[in-house]
Parts: sequence; structure tokens; C-alpha cells
Amino acid sequence: MSLEVQHVSKTFGNYQALRDVNLKIEDGELITLLGPSGSGKTTLLRIMAGLEEPDRNPDTKILFHGEDVATQGVGERQVGFVFQHYALFRHMSVLENVAFGLKVRPRAERPSKSEIHERAMKLLKLVQLDGFAGRYPVQLSGGQRQRVALARALAIEPKVLLLDEPFGALDAKVRQGLRDWLRRLHDEIHVTTVLVTHDQEEALEVADRVVVMNKATVEQVGSPEEVFHHPSSEFVMDFLGRTNVFHARIANGQAWLNDMPLEMPAGMSGKTNAAHIYVRPHELDIERIASGQPALPASVARINPAGAIAKIGLVGTDGAEIQVDLPLERFETLRLKLGETVYVSPRKMRVFAPEPEYAI
Amino acid sequence: MHAPTKRIAAASTQPQRRALREPLWVRVLIRIASLSFLGIFLLLPLVTVFYEALREGFGAYLASFRDAAAWSAIKLTLLAAGISLPLNLVFGLAAAWAIAKFEFWGKNFLITLIDLPFAISPVISGLVFVLLFGAQGWLGPWMSAHDFKVIFAVPGIVLATVFVTFPFVARELIPLMQEQGTEEEQAALSLGANGWQTFWYVTLPNVRWALLYGVILSNARAMGEFGAVAVVSGSIRGKTNTIPLHVEVLYNEYHFVAAFAVASLLALLALVTLVIKTLLERKIQQQMANSTSDFDAEVSNVAVKSPVNAAVPAPHVSLAVWTRGFDFESAVPT
Repeated sequence: MSLEVQHVSKTFGNYQALRDVNLKIEDGELITLLGPSGSGKTTLLRIMAGLEEPDRNPDTKILFHGEDVATQGVGERQVGFVFQHYALFRHMSVLENVAFGLKVRPRAERPSKSEIHERAMKLLKLVQLDGFAGRYPVQLSGGQRQRVALARALAIEPKVLLLDEPFGALDAKVRQGLRDWLRRLHDEIHVTTVLVTHDQEEALEVADRVVVMNKATVEQVGSPEEVFHHPSSEFVMDFLGRTNVFHARIANGQAWLNDMPLEMPAGMSGKTNAAHIYVRPHELDIERIASGQPALPASVARINPAGAIAKIGLVGTDGAEIQVDLPLERFETLRLKLGETVYVSPRKMRVFAPEPEYAI
Repeated sequence: MHAPTKRIAAASTQPQRRALREPLWVRVLIRIASLSFLGIFLLLPLVTVFYEALREGFGAYLASFRDAAAWSAIKLTLLAAGISLPLNLVFGLAAAWAIAKFEFWGKNFLITLIDLPFAISPVISGLVFVLLFGAQGWLGPWMSAHDFKVIFAVPGIVLATVFVTFPFVARELIPLMQEQGTEEEQAALSLGANGWQTFWYVTLPNVRWALLYGVILSNARAMGEFGAVAVVSGSIRGKTNTIPLHVEVLYNEYHFVAAFAVASLLALLALVTLVIKTLLERKIQQQMANSTSDFDAEVSNVAVKSPVNAAVPAPHVSLAVWTRGFDFESAVPT
């Protein structure tokens, strides 16, 4: 089932949570809505579910498989919604929780008792909790509760599955495990899924496509690879992983980073006289001696080799911090010492014209 | 020989506890003070009631209940409580549900309104009904024209009882419902449940113990209410006397054994209420602990605290009222 929102805005009092958002999600896709808190991602998800109503506007449409469901209530839309804090029915057993959606169906559509039981058990097996049917939510760990919540949402055979920061309340290890498991589950059952998260790693790892949101609007939509390597804005670049920002001057069609001449990036007009240059830590290289190639001098301030890469903290001549990630082998051959002067050169960079500032 | 070693061992394993302890004489003094306070103000009056009631033997005690007026008072009390409890249950639940789960204009005004019966003296609330429905009241002439009596009759007693006991159920439910939030309800709705199913399967089971707690407290107050009922009832013996009013009549007529015998019913009710209340408090604390999603100590501490803070004036306050002289002053809720 494809899902599309057109011209959706939402205001809470004076606060604008969403501003004219348009988004199309294909059938069977797993999409993540990624953004900082307050970017409107959860509001958008709740509007899709029908838990929140968009601002009134004749152009606003919420289309499930091309059919406008804007006037339908949350119950009619047949969406599986998974809450951040699980929202399990605390007085019901795990089995009763999962069976709830079937039990409350109108008599004509309700399966028989034995069939409800059978289907609930099947779902518990799917989420690997068939041994826990008789337990109560308090007797489960966070990860188990979230899987029960997922099974409960799947029980109504949802057209779309909507997950609101489903792993946000779990610790890192459990989160990683559940994330991988969710991806495998999605590949198995192929239900159109929208997952809200503020964790860029989670978003990039699990999704077919990532929707990056900021300040009530969509900044960029694309595959994880696309948004990570070809960010369309400074915000996306900055939000998806660590970055170094350099402030460059432009003079006579030539860009300068301190005294280092740079190739003028395509698309930059000669009108602007400044540019922001973004380089990810792993796209910088360090040399101990100046090789004659354009490079920035900097001194070594921190060294942290604990991990798959060595994290080096440098301080440039202008006092700005530069983060560099080196492969461990490279780090070992370099034998860096704290305080020594090294030369940093970017292998790859992205240049953005700074957003125009208007004088008041 | 063994004692000193033991003490050293205990001290070394729990050094913190030791450091946080008050000196022995302080602990003993505090204990004696609180126990004697409880003894004099709570236990002694209670014992006195039964002592006075049984002063002339068990036969005389039982004989007090053979009186037609006593029976009529008991029946009227049960009737008033029997009518006001279901009303309080339904309206208290509805009010708490609306306040805890929805945002609407005038919400704070509604909360204030619910607290009103706690804030004003029961005597005043009784008087308000007299002013409204009495012969000289606003609606009095119309009512007498239609041959319907409220003041000095059963409807007035029921009205007064409903009024003074209204806050108990709502006040008990609001903090719990607010604590529980609306996520479970949203989940139920998203799973296709309609409003009624959501209320019946999700909202109500989550508050069932608190609801029962509120009803129990409400019942204790309904049966023990003196001030408001005294004003509207007119104390017509055998007709509009409730148990507390009947006790006063007997006492004023120097039928001490009978007065205390009937009063002992209320004292018993208080004891039963206290036991049930304690059991329910335990249940509610469990439920509150369950309502927090993690086993976070801080969170569950807060949760355990809130039902106690939120508890309405406990029935032992009314117990003191019943066992003293039933003066209007002491009937004012604390």
C-alpha cells in the first residue's frame, strides 16, 4: 500500500510543527523520518495514523493507495501504530494484548475465539515471544515489550506500519539487535513501514529511503547512500554524522581556505564572497611533513585509538578544532605525538554558500 | 561473649545505616509521643464507644437495635448511601475521565467545582439546599404546588449526602488517570476499538482499585455525614433520622447505652473501611508501580508517593467526629 501526504501543515497554538509537507512512500518501502526533536517528524507520523488532525486546508490530502483518508478516524485507517513507550495494556497478558485488535472487531468481522488465539500465537512466534504468552508487560524487558507492541500492531493486518521512535527507550545493544531484526522482519512481510527516529545511524542502517526533516519541513529525501554522501543542504550534512566546517573566502573566482587555494566548486556563483566547506572526519588525511600539496597546518591536541578507527583531534592555526578519523594502520605508521604540527588535506569536500543574512 | 562480636559485625556491614540513625533517646521519645497521641485521640475514643455500648451487658446492647426508630435510621442511612454511591461512582468517574484525559475550556473551573464540597462547611451546604428547596426557598412554592417534598424528607437527605461525598471518587481517580496518560487509549483506538470498548477494556480496568477505594471512602462519609444531613432532615424520629442523627437524639435524651450501641455501628464501619482502604492502597501502589515503564527506582518512588498524597481526608477523621459529641464544629472536613 502506497502512502502519500500532500500539503500537510500543522500548528499547535503559535507553534508551527509542520509547514506544507509533501511526501510519497511507495508500496512495501521502509522509510525513516529523521530529524532533531521539534522537527515535526512525530507529528507527521501521527497525522498519517489519524492520531492528529492536520490544519484545515482544501489542498491537504492523506492518500492510502490513492484514496483520501483524511476524514477517516484512526480506527478506520487500519494502521499499525507502535508507540515509543510501548503503550501495552498493562492489565492484559501478552497474548491478550496481541489479540486485542481482533477481539474488538465488530461481530460480523470478528474471527472465532480459537482463530484469534491461533493468530495471536502465530504473531508471538514471529516476534520470538511465543514462550511469553501468559506474562504481563511488567514482567518483560524493554526490548520484549517493544516486540509485543509490534506483534499487537501487526495483528490487525495493517496497511501501513507506523513506528514512533520505537527503540528510543532501549539501551544501545538491544537497540542494535532490534533494528537488525526489524529490517529482516520487513524483508519477510513487506508491509509499508514508516519509522521515526532522531538517531542518524539507525535511520541510515535500516531504511530504504530516508526523509530528513528540519524546522517543520522536509530537507531531503533519498536513499541512505544519497543523503549521506550527497547532502542537499548544510543541515543534512551536519545532522548525518560528524563533520568539520571550514569558512572559505572567495576572491576573483578563486576560493581560499586560509592560504590554501581550492578549486572553485561548480554551481557557486562569483557573487558570494564566502563559502562553508564541509569535510567528514574520514575524508581528511594527515601528513607529518609538508608535501608541497595544498594542506592546512594544525597541531595534534587529542588522540583516541580505541575503536575501529583512530580519532584524532587537531587545532588549526585559527584555533578551530578539526576532527580526523584515520584507519588504524595509517595511524600506526604515522606515529603521531601530542603537540606536533601536522598537515591536513581533504580528499573530498562539499561546499555550500552560506544562507544569506539580511540586515535588519 | 557473642554479643559484642555480633554488634561489631552488624556495624561494619551497615555503616551507613548507623550514621543515619538518631540517638536512642530521640527515637524512644518520638515513638512514645506518637503512640500516646494515637492512643489518646484515636484508640481511646474507639474503645470508649464499645465500652459504653456494652456497659449494661450484651442484652442491653442488642435491645438498642430492637427499637423501631433505630431500625428506621439504619434503613434510611443505607438508602441514602445506596442512592448516592452509584451516582458518585458514575459522575465521579465521568468527571475524572474528562479532566485527566482531555483538554477543554473551563477544566480548572470544573476541578474547583469538584473540590467545592471539601472547601465549604457541610452545614452551609445543607443550608443552601434549604434555601433552594425549603418552603421559603426559591423552588419551594413550586415544589409544594406539585406536592413534592425535598427538605425534611428523604430526597433532601440524599441530595445532601451526594453533595458532600461527591469529591471522593473523582479526587481519587484524577491523579492516577493523569499518571497513566492517554497512550494506552490511543493504542486501543488505533487497533480499531471504538470509544466504549476503549473505556471498558482499557481505561476502566486500569483504575478499578482506585475506583473501589474512592467508593469505600465515599461510603464511609455518606453513612457518617452529620452536618449537612442534620440541616435538611429536620430530625423527624423514625422518618428522617439517619444513624448519626439518631445517635445525637438518643444521647440528648440520656439513652447513653442505646446512643453508644448505635454509634458502635459507625465505629465498626470505620474499622472495616480502614481495613479495606489499607488493602486497596497496596493494590493501587502496585498498579502505579506497574504503570511506569521501567523499573527505575526514582520513578516508582514518585508513583508510590502519589496515591498517599492524593488521598482524600481519611475516614479516621470522621471516626473522631462520630465518637465525640457530634457538634457541628467537628463535622467540618479537615
